[in-house]
Amino acid sequence: MPAHARRYPSPTRVAAMMSDRRTLLKGMLGVAGLALTPELLAACGSSGGGSSASTVTFGCNGSDAVPKAAFAAMTSAFGKSSGETVKTNTVDHDTFQNNITSYLQGTPDDVFTWFAGYRMQFFAGKGLAHEIDDVWNQIGGNFTDAIKALAKGTDGHYYLVPLYNYPWAVFYRKSLFAAKGYQVPTNWDGFLALAGQMKKDGLIPFSLGYGQGDSWAPLGTFDFINLRINGYDFHKSLMGGKESWTDARVKDVFTHWSQLVPFYQQGAAGRKWQDAAQSLINKETGMYVLGSFVSQQFTNAADLADLDFFLFPEINPVYGTESIEAPTDGLMMCARPKNESGSAKFLEFVGSAQAENDYLNIDTSELAVNKLADTSKYSDLRKKCVQAIAQAKNVTQFADRDSDPGFISNVVEPAVSTWLGAPATTDSVLNQIQSQKSQYFQS
Amino acid sequence: MTAIPSTHRSRRRRHVRRFGTTDKLVLALMVGLPSLVVAVFVLLPALGSVLLSFTDWDGIGVNTIKFIGIQNYVEIFTNYPAFWPAVEHNLIWLGFFVLIPTPFGILLAYLLDKKIRFSRVYQTAIFLPMVISLAVVGFIWEIIYDPDNGLLNDLFGTNKQGHYIDWLGNPHLNLWAALVAASWRHVGYIMILYLAGLKGFDSTLREAAQIDGANEWQAFTRVTFPALKPINIIVLVITTIESLRAFDIVYVLGGNNGTKPGMELLSLLITNNILGESSHIGYGSALAVVLLVVSLAGIITFLVQNFRKEARP
Repeated sequence: MPAHARRYPSPTRVAAMMSDRRTLLKGMLGVAGLALTPELLAACGSSGGGSSASTVTFGCNGSDAVPKAAFAAMTSAFGKSSGETVKTNTVDHDTFQNNITSYLQGTPDDVFTWFAGYRMQFFAGKGLAHEIDDVWNQIGGNFTDAIKALAKGTDGHYYLVPLYNYPWAVFYRKSLFAAKGYQVPTNWDGFLALAGQMKKDGLIPFSLGYGQGDSWAPLGTFDFINLRINGYDFHKSLMGGKESWTDARVKDVFTHWSQLVPFYQQGAAGRKWQDAAQSLINKETGMYVLGSFVSQQFTNAADLADLDFFLFPEINPVYGTESIEAPTDGLMMCARPKNESGSAKFLEFVGSAQAENDYLNIDTSELAVNKLADTSKYSDLRKKCVQAIAQAKNVTQFADRDSDPGFISNVVEPAVSTWLGAPATTDSVLNQIQSQKSQYFQS
Repeated sequence: MTAIPSTHRSRRRRHVRRFGTTDKLVLALMVGLPSLVVAVFVLLPALGSVLLSFTDWDGIGVNTIKFIGIQNYVEIFTNYPAFWPAVEHNLIWLGFFVLIPTPFGILLAYLLDKKIRFSRVYQTAIFLPMVISLAVVGFIWEIIYDPDNGLLNDLFGTNKQGHYIDWLGNPHLNLWAALVAASWRHVGYIMILYLAGLKGFDSTLREAAQIDGANEWQAFTRVTFPALKPINIIVLVITTIESLRAFDIVYVLGGNNGTKPGMELLSLLITNNILGESSHIGYGSALAVVLLVVSLAGIITFLVQNFRKEARP
C-alpha cells in the first residue's frame, strides 16, 4: 500500500483526495483543541480507566484494508500465545501522522505504529516514548546491525521494534535491457553512458513524476548521489541539520544530479509517480529511481516478473554502494503506558519471526526486516530486495524520514522542484535552503 | 447621522420599554448565546493566534513556548521565499475573480433571467459545479490537466517528450490553471445569487427606462445594476472572501506536501507550517495574523464605506 509504504502516495485517488480534506479538517481541529485546552497536555493515559491490566491498547495507522487485516492477524496471534488482549485503535494513515504530536501528548495507546530513524528519535528525545532496552535484550539477535541502528534514539537506548521495510533502487525491465543489449552500469560514467545510449535509441532514459503531492519523489535520487559521493555519515549530519547546504560537497551532489536532468521525462512537475511508473511499464522509459513500491503499478503478472532493479551505481569508490535507502516502519511504546509489562511482551512478540510472518503473509507489499522471517514464498524480486538491504552496511530512511519532515516538505522539496525546472540556479537554491534551515534545527 | 429626527428616536425608546421580563430574557439569550459562541470559537482563538505569533513553539508541552518578539515576522518578510509569491498570488486570485468569473456569472444570470427556452436546464448545468465538493472539482481538473493522459494535452497533442505542456507543474502556468478550475465553480455561484436578485427586481423599472429610450446596456448599467445594490454587495463580499480563503483546489491540484512553486497561497503556507508532526505553531500563527490583517483591512474599509453611504440621507 503506497500510503503505507511511503508517506504520501495513495492507491485510490478519489478516496485519498476526499480523505485529504477530511484529514486536514481533523488536523485543524486537533491543533485548535491543543491550543485551547492545555490541561489535555498533562499526562499520557493516566486518566483512562476501563482497560484491565491484561489489555494492551494499540494505536495503528494501518488504515487501508490490507495492512489492517495484517495487523489484526498479528495481534490475534499474540493474544493466543500470551493471554493478553490487544485492543487496536485504527486511525487513518495521514490523520495519524498529522496529529501525532497532540496524540502523544494526550492519551495515547500503550503501543503505536511509527517510523524508524530521525522521526522516532525526535519524539524519543522529547520524552514522548518509552525506552525498550529490555525488549531488545530478547530480540536483538533477530536483526542486523544496520537495522538495530535504526531502532535507537540519540541517547543510545532502543525505542522502536521494526516490522517491515522496502528498498529504493534503479528499476528497469529485463526484456527491454535484453532486447537493446543494455548492461547494468556499475559506476557513474557507465550510468550516464547508458542513459545517453537510451536517448539515442529513442527512449526516455528516466521516468520522473513529482506532481501534486509527490514532490518527495526526486529526493531519492538526491539521497543516493549524496550517499555515493559523500557517504553515510555526511548524509546523516546534513539531514540532521548539522551541515551547511552551501557546502562544496552539497554543490557537488547537485552538479552530478544536473548531469541526469537532460535525461529525465518531461512534464514531470505535474505527473504523479504512478503515471511515471506506467511509462516504465510501457517501455517508453528505460529506468526509474524509486522505491520498490513501484511494483504495485505492475498489475499484469508478466510485467511484474519482468521488473528488476540494480543498486544506484558507485560514484566515489570510498563509499561504493554500501548504503541503501530502506524506509522502515515499526512499533513504539508511549511514555507512560497503562500496561507496561503487557506492552513490552507485545513488542517482544512483534520482534519475533512469527509476528513478521503473520503480518507479511497478508501484506505482501512489504519486506521482512527480521533475519529469521520466512522469505521462501517471496517472488524473485522481493528476495532480491531483501538481499539488497541485508547486504548494505548502512540503511538510510529517505530524506523526509532522516530529517525534520517540516524542513524537507516546506523548504527542501519546493527548492528542489524549482531547481529541477532550472538546474542552472544551484547556488541560489542552496542559499535559499541554508537561510531557512535555522528555523528547523535549533543547534 | 443627524438626519434621524429626534421624535423618531424617542418613539423607539418607548417601544423598548414595553418589553416584559420574558422578552428581555429571550432577547438576552438570543444576543448573548451567539456572542458567547463567537467569543469562544472566533475571538479567543484569533487572539490566541496573535499571541502565539510572537512565540516559538513546536506544540509539545506548554512550557516549551518561547517568547521571541517579532522574529517570526522578520523571518517571514525577509527570509521565506514562498511568502511574497503567496501574497502576489492571493492578489492575482482576487483580481482575477473580480474581473473574470464574477462579471461572467452576472452576465449569465442576466441572460437566464430573460425567459429563454430551457433556462432551467442551463441554470442547473452552470450551478452544478457548486454542488460538488471542491476536492472533487480539483480531482476533475486534475484529470483534465494530466500531462500524459489529460484531456487538454491529448487534444493539443502536447503529451510527447519535447512537446509537453505541464499545466500543473510549470510555475508560470499552474496558478492560472487553478484559477480556471476555481472560476468554473465560482461562476455558477455568482449566477445563482444574481439570478435570485433579478427575480426580486421590479421589472417595471426597466420597462420604464426602455420606454424612455434606454437601450439594453443603459437599462442594465443605469437601472438594474444600481437597483440591485444589496446583491452587488453580497457578490463582492463573497468574491473577496472566496479569494482570500482560496485553498482547497490548490491543495488538491498542487499537492498537500509543501507548496508547489507557482501555486503558493497564504492559506497553504499557514497549514503547511502548523499541521504535521514538525509544526511551527508560532511561525504559522504569524502567517495567519498576516492573512487576518490583510482580510480585515479589506473588509473594514469596504464595510465602513458602505455603512457611510447607507447612513447618508
